[in-house]
Amino acid sequence: MTRFLNRALGPFALVSLAVTIWLGLWVTPPDEVQGDIVRLLYVHPALATVALYEAFALAALASALYLWPRTRSEKWDLLAASAVEVGVVFLTLTLITGSLWGRPAWGVWWTWDARLTTTALLDILFIGYLALRRVPADPPVRAKRCAVLALLSTLDIPIVHFSVQWWNGLHQGASVTVGFHFLIHGSMLWTFLLSMVAFSATFVWMVRERYRIAVRDEMHGVETLEVALAARRAEGAS
Amino acid sequence: MLHDALLVAGKDLRIELRSRVLLWQVLPFGILALVLFALALGPSEAVLRRGAPGLFWLALLLAAVLAIARSAGIESAEGTRASVRLLGLDPGGVFLGKSCALLVELSALGLVLDLGLLVLFHVDAARLALALPLALLAVVALAAVGTIYGALVAGTDVAGTLLPLLVLPALSPVLIAGERGTASVLAGGGPGRWAVLLAVMAVVYVAVGIVLYGPLEEAS
Repeated sequence: MTRFLNRALGPFALVSLAVTIWLGLWVTPPDEVQGDIVRLLYVHPALATVALYEAFALAALASALYLWPRTRSEKWDLLAASAVEVGVVFLTLTLITGSLWGRPAWGVWWTWDARLTTTALLDILFIGYLALRRVPADPPVRAKRCAVLALLSTLDIPIVHFSVQWWNGLHQGASVTVGFHFLIHGSMLWTFLLSMVAFSATFVWMVRERYRIAVRDEMHGVETLEVALAARRAEGAS
Repeated sequence: MLHDALLVAGKDLRIELRSRVLLWQVLPFGILALVLFALALGPSEAVLRRGAPGLFWLALLLAAVLAIARSAGIESAEGTRASVRLLGLDPGGVFLGKSCALLVELSALGLVLDLGLLVLFHVDAARLALALPLALLAVVALAAVGTIYGALVAGTDVAGTLLPLLVLPALSPVLIAGERGTASVLAGGGPGRWAVLLAVMAVVYVAVGIVLYGPLEEAS
């Protein structure tokens, strides 16, 4: 069953993304006020949701599990790193699609709105995580440093989330749902919900693949080291 | 933990008093940054006064990066970490001690930069004095964040380039809240919710630092 789910995840993600694009571009109607620009509704919020509440939350959880002595395992470190890598891609795409939406809606590509600024800072914080990860160090040392940095960077997520309410900038607040009450209906609602599922599935698929590569990379590193040590020992013996 | 914190803070401050790195390197850099900002803005008093809060916090932040690197560098010296471990000091105490020492250093730096604002940016002295409690809250957060990030990069070959990349985005909320609060006080108002935000940040970062400094010490 697990094997089937693993195999089905990739095709499911791709198909659901394709259906989202089809519904978003051809089936759903244009908005009365925003016209065709509203079609970014099926991309931008989903990218942001995945990056903020799935990718970086997963990275924080995996980092906490690594730091907790009882659950410490290299797999949590690799999972956190994979989630951050994919999360940075999603958050950068969030900023790009937001900018594309902002130009026609607000008349500028970028404005120093609290939501935009805090999101850009979060992206830079996690790019810093990726930079720290590339600093040569023993794997346990690197893992501890990165886990601490991931938890520290996660502190910015509540600031991003509440920035709209705290600073009342240009970026609108919750405009699709209020609690469990939806403010959009019909094909727009279903396409919006599908976009959330599609991008989440894509995220899970990408993280799983990145994690598998990371595990193999670590194993390859250990094997290479063992081969090099064996060669040196053989040199010493001869 | 408090006893350990006092020991570590005393050690760091004694090293600073003997080496005078803050006095001869960090302080002149902060003043230089203020002068350069003033040069970039031009001689208009109104423009200088309006930009003063932001430039003060920017100068303090940039100079703080040097102070943080120095504070972390003390721990990276040959055998220092091993000695601290052998003493069996509580990691939370070490964090608090280093943060307190950094707090004292950055407060001194902030006071000198405040004088710079009076002289170079023509800011009202009485209103600037009213902004000092807000600045102290910001410096507590700054010292706590700086101590954690300093420990993060300590012992790496690229600490000099990595520290600004990691610590400046993390300190940006302090910069924003500090600037807005100071600007509000200088304009004749109160610091309002910016003081609350800075107080929350200070408490959160100190608490997080006490919890996370242990794993960081193990990693270095």
